[in-house]
Order: sequence, then C-alpha cells, then structure tokens
Amino acid sequence: MPNILEVQNLVKNYGDFIAVKGISFDIKEGEIFSLLGPNGAGKTTTISMLSTLYTPTSGDATIGGHSITKEPMAVKQVIGVVPQDLALYEDLTARENLIFWGQMYGLSGKSLNQRVDEVLEQIGLTDKAKNRVKTYSGGMKRRVNIGVGLLHKPRLLFMDEPTVGIDPQSRRAILDTVKDLNKQGMTLLYTTHYMEEAQELSDRVGIIDHGELIALGTQAELTKQVGQTDTLILRVGENDDPETLAGALKGLKGVQHAEVTENSVAIVTPSAEEILAAVVSKANERGIKIRTMEIREPNLEAVFLNLTGRALRD
Amino acid sequence: MNKLFLIGIKDLKIMFRDRAALILILLAPFLLTLGMGLVTGRFSGGGSGISDIPIVIVNLDKDSLGDALVGVFNSEDLADLVEPTSSEDADAARLLVDGNEAAAAIIIPVGFTQSVIPQNESAASNQEIKIEFYSNPSRPTSAGIVKAILDGFMARLDEMRLGGMTSISQLIVSGRILPQDANQVGEEMGARLQSDAGNYNEATAISLNTSTSAGEAVEFDALSYFAPGMALMFLMYTVSYGGRSILAEKSQGTLPRLLVSPTNSMQVLGGKVFGIFLTGAAQMLILVGASSLFFQLKWGDALGVVLLVLAAVFGATGWGMLITALARTPAQVGSVGSAVMLIFAMLGGSLVQLDNLPAVVQTLGRITPNAWAMDGFTTLAFGGTLATLSTPILALLTMGILLFSISVVLFGKKNLVQK
Repeated sequence: MPNILEVQNLVKNYGDFIAVKGISFDIKEGEIFSLLGPNGAGKTTTISMLSTLYTPTSGDATIGGHSITKEPMAVKQVIGVVPQDLALYEDLTARENLIFWGQMYGLSGKSLNQRVDEVLEQIGLTDKAKNRVKTYSGGMKRRVNIGVGLLHKPRLLFMDEPTVGIDPQSRRAILDTVKDLNKQGMTLLYTTHYMEEAQELSDRVGIIDHGELIALGTQAELTKQVGQTDTLILRVGENDDPETLAGALKGLKGVQHAEVTENSVAIVTPSAEEILAAVVSKANERGIKIRTMEIREPNLEAVFLNLTGRALRD
Repeated sequence: MNKLFLIGIKDLKIMFRDRAALILILLAPFLLTLGMGLVTGRFSGGGSGISDIPIVIVNLDKDSLGDALVGVFNSEDLADLVEPTSSEDADAARLLVDGNEAAAAIIIPVGFTQSVIPQNESAASNQEIKIEFYSNPSRPTSAGIVKAILDGFMARLDEMRLGGMTSISQLIVSGRILPQDANQVGEEMGARLQSDAGNYNEATAISLNTSTSAGEAVEFDALSYFAPGMALMFLMYTVSYGGRSILAEKSQGTLPRLLVSPTNSMQVLGGKVFGIFLTGAAQMLILVGASSLFFQLKWGDALGVVLLVLAAVFGATGWGMLITALARTPAQVGSVGSAVMLIFAMLGGSLVQLDNLPAVVQTLGRITPNAWAMDGFTTLAFGGTLATLSTPILALLTMGILLFSISVVLFGKKNLVQK
C-alpha cells in the first residue's frame, strides 16, 4: 500500500524547549498507526503540526501528497481530527453540532443532513440527537467528539488520546469504533499512553519519549528488540518503600532494570522464575513485605521500560 | 464568506440560549428603563428629566417672524425646558456659548422676515437670509433639543410659504384671478401669514409638543433618553461577552478545531466579529421594539433608528474586540468588559446626562460609543431624520474601523492558537 503520510525530520521548539526533536515516520494507506508514549512525550504537538494547527520549527510532512507547510488547505481536506479534549458547543444539540462542523467542512443541503444521520447512527446517538450536548454523559460527549471528525469521511483520521478520562464501557465502544472505521478503509493515527490500546489496535507502533521517536515497528518487531525478557511486577505494602527494594534488586544477577512505579517495582529480567527466590529473599532482608507478584510476557510496556528505564505511566 | 456567516449565526444561537446572558442583555436594561421611567414620573405624566437649557437669542430682525420665534422660546409651554436670554450682540452671544454658559445661540439676522415674506418687489429679489444656529459641541443633547424646536418653527414657516405660493398658482390656473393680480393677492396672503406667525405659539402649539417638517407630532419623553442609555450600557456587556467567547473557544478547544477544518483564521475571526455584531444588533432592536410596545416610546424615524443602532453596535463591537485582543483569558475580558461598561455608561451619558458633567468629562466621553449614539437617539426623539444623524453615525463607524484595525494587529501578534 502507498504511504498516505510521510513525516520528515519534524521539529517543534518553544523557545529553548524542544518539544519534538526531528521525528520521521510514515503511515501506509489503510493501517492503524499508534504513537505510544507517556504524557508530555510530544504526541499532541506532533498531531497538531500534522493537522496544520502548529507550524513546525523545521522539517515537513506530506499527507495525501500535500505538504503540511506549503499546502495546509489541501491537507485539511484529507484529514479528520479528534482532539484529546472535547471540542464541542455544549449549548447546541448533537445534531446542531454535527451540522455546524459539517458546514465547516463544506457539506451542505441534503448530503449534509444524510451524513449527519449516518454519523449519529454510527456513534449510537440518533435517539438523543436533539438533546443539548451539555446534558450528555462524558462517554456520549466523547462519541459526538469523534463523530465530528468523521463527518467529511476523511482518508486519514487523527485520534489524540480519545479514551482519556472515560468509563470502561465507553472506552470499549470507542476502540470498537476505531476498528470498524479501519475495516471500512480509513487510515488512523492514534495516540495513546495506554499500552493495551496500542497493542489491541495497531498495525504498527511508534514509541515516543521526550520528543523523540525511540522505536518504530510492528508489535512483534518491537518486542523482539528487548529479546525474550519478562517483566516482574512486585507490589509492596503501603508502609514499605519501593525505592529501597528497587535499589536492593538492581545489583541482583539476572535483573536488567528495576524501576519504581507508584507502589510497585518493575523488574526486567530474562527469566522471572529464575530470580523469584532471590527477589523474595532481598525483600525479607530489608523487612519489605511483597503483597502481589505478576509476571508479564514481553510487551510494549517492557519495550518502553527497556528503552527508557521508566514505566509508560511515569 | 459563507463560513463567516455560519460562525456568526452559530454564536447568535448560542448567546440566545444562555439564560444568564439573556437576563443581562435584555431583561436588565428593560427593567432599568422601567425603573427610570417610574423614578422620573414618566408613567404618571411627570417631566422629561431635561430642563432649563440655557440659550441666547439675538433678534436683529425685530420684525414679525423674528418676534414670533422669540415668542416660541419664551412660551409657557417651553418654560421648564429652556431658559432663554436675549442679547443685542451676536458676537457676545457666541462668546457665551463658547464659554459653556449657553447650550446654543440663535441669531435672527436683519431682514429675516422680509426674506421670507417680501413686502414689495425690491425685497422679493433679495437673497434668502438664514437664521444662525450656533451650538455648543460639549452640550450636544441640549443643543439638539433647541435645534429640534428651531427646525420645527422653520418647517412650519416653509409649510405656510409653500402653501401660499401653491394657492396663488392654483388660483391663476383655475382662472379665478388674473396673472397681473397675483402680486397683490400674494401680498395680502403674506400679511395674513405674518399675522399667523405673530400668533405662532397658539397656531402651531410649538412647545415640547412641536411639529416635524413632516407634520408629525413629536413629544420628548424622559424614556427617550433612558431607554437608549440603558440599551447602550448593556450593549457594552454584550460585545465584551462576545469577545470573551473568542478566548473561550480557544480554551474549550473549538477554536483549534475550527482552524484544522478547511477554514482560515480570517474567516474564523470575521465570523466571531459578525456574531458579536449580530447579537448586539438583535439586542438593541429587541429593546427598541419592546420599549415601543410596552412603554409606547417613540424612538423617531425608523430608518434612522435602525442605521444608528447598526452604527452603534459596530462602534461598540470595535471596543469588544480591542478588550479581547488585550486580554489573556476569558475571565479577564469579563472583568475588564464589566468595568468598561460602567465607565462608558458614566462618560457616555447612559446614566447621567452628558450636559450635566464637566466639560473635560464630556470631551472624554467622545471616546465612547454611548455618547455618539445618545446624541443620535436624542436627535431622533426630537424628530430628527437620517440626514441629521450623519455626525454620530460617521463617528461611530470611524471608531469601529479604528478599533478593529488595532485589534487585528494585536490578534496577529498574539497568535490565538500557536503555543
């Protein structure tokens, strides 16, 4: 499949602070590409540049063959954007919102009404279309927020952390919608800091941290980078200090990384089973009680931990 | 252009769904107008609220029409409204106006009566002699009232003179008199006109109840001052509320979303301005309509009112944009906008009649749309027409254009979206 998006050495500076440090990647037509990274990694800034909202400090990108710096209006016709925060008029109804935003994308008349009906059906709000958005639950608002991005049937849809702050049921519905849209042929650039979402949805994943793209590939390719390693998660008691345990485990044979995340210590090791006894012994020596243990197979979280020495949600 | 209108109409719709805003932009000015009417006794037949306007009359004509005009201003009906003094010296009268001791001077030149009603053929060939109206620019409302009374007098004179000429022409055409007798008949009619003008006060009842050139009765009403005053005060709230919505759209994410759609930043900004303008115009026109309906208030010439409303909203919208361009957050626009609303209401004569304020304040008040629009509305209430509104309308349009230009430059520097 041809590339619908090609990013070349994109940079964004805010004074002395470099938010995006020369990232390059491409997205093939019809795939779901996830940008995975913690908060503040540069995901939203990247999407804002690609959607022509921010001007890059240097570098460029082409979308559907159009340069984001030289042909922004042509780019806007190709893309749809679902922003991270709700961007709706709460005093208007869902239908009125969709009609207004459809008009902003050049839709009008019968085709606009028909498209609004289709989108309302797609986001499951046909029955409540005449209610003002401010009366909706958080999940319903999120669905309208997504609906707005779909109105003009964009070839490439940017979804910037669309599941932040919503209930599991609504999250499930949104993830299913993403899959459906992709099945219908839409290409998606999906940003998230939830490893599970990136794993479930993506054909390929770019891992971004501190404005740099530190890894890129399919999930199989990425996990292969860290080799056959396990991640052992040790949850300690509320009165115990995970920092002390992590410090003690760092020198232990077979421990590649030991990092603290909230009340836990995450250990990257070639074999969790082989170091279990030694880990428990070290904890006992320091009087630390291990509440729970979890062994995770190689995944994107482990990749991130392996590459950065930090957990994704730090 | 289409998107500009769509954004404006969307904003108008949102504004009219905000109950709190509706209370402030419609109910508050309406109730305050009602309150002012009750306080001033308007609803119980009380006075106008404007009184004892000092004027100087210089009657150099010393003939029947000059005397009639002096009589009009000294009539009992106008006793509460104007306080005329006589002078023999035109320059001295002008000095009184320049020194802010009088709102206006009326100088009736020598031969005025002769120029209107020629007594003989030599006089008839003379050029027309005009009354000089010398007004005090720092007391526009009072001067406007005096001018309206003077215009009423002149209109009545024109009416009578034209009526006489038409009558003679018709008498000749119908064969009732011979062309060679026309001069004699005309002189007889002129004598009667002089006699009527001498009793002008009784004949036309010029007073607060004067006549416009169209012959329509015009009655000055205290609410004709307070209703536009309140409407203009709350218009400033509306424009700052509208301006606030630009920054609110930024913080609620709809502005960036608009800018990633195929809509350019000028369309977005233009649409927001158009929305503020539409909302302000709707507010003012609803208040004009409601006060006409519920208070039987006569605002004056309809076309003049509409154009003045649009010009006032344009000027006020310029201020709303400037406040928004200078502010960083919607809350700042709100608080600065409320302060500006009250300051402009004071300086612009919405709360206190401008003529009662010191000259410096009156001059400063000219930066407000309130002051210019109040001039216009007062003129209209006294029977003024579109032609008499050119100064306030031009001032308001100039104000709007100037403020918009500054705002666009400031918005450009600010960059609403880029971090």
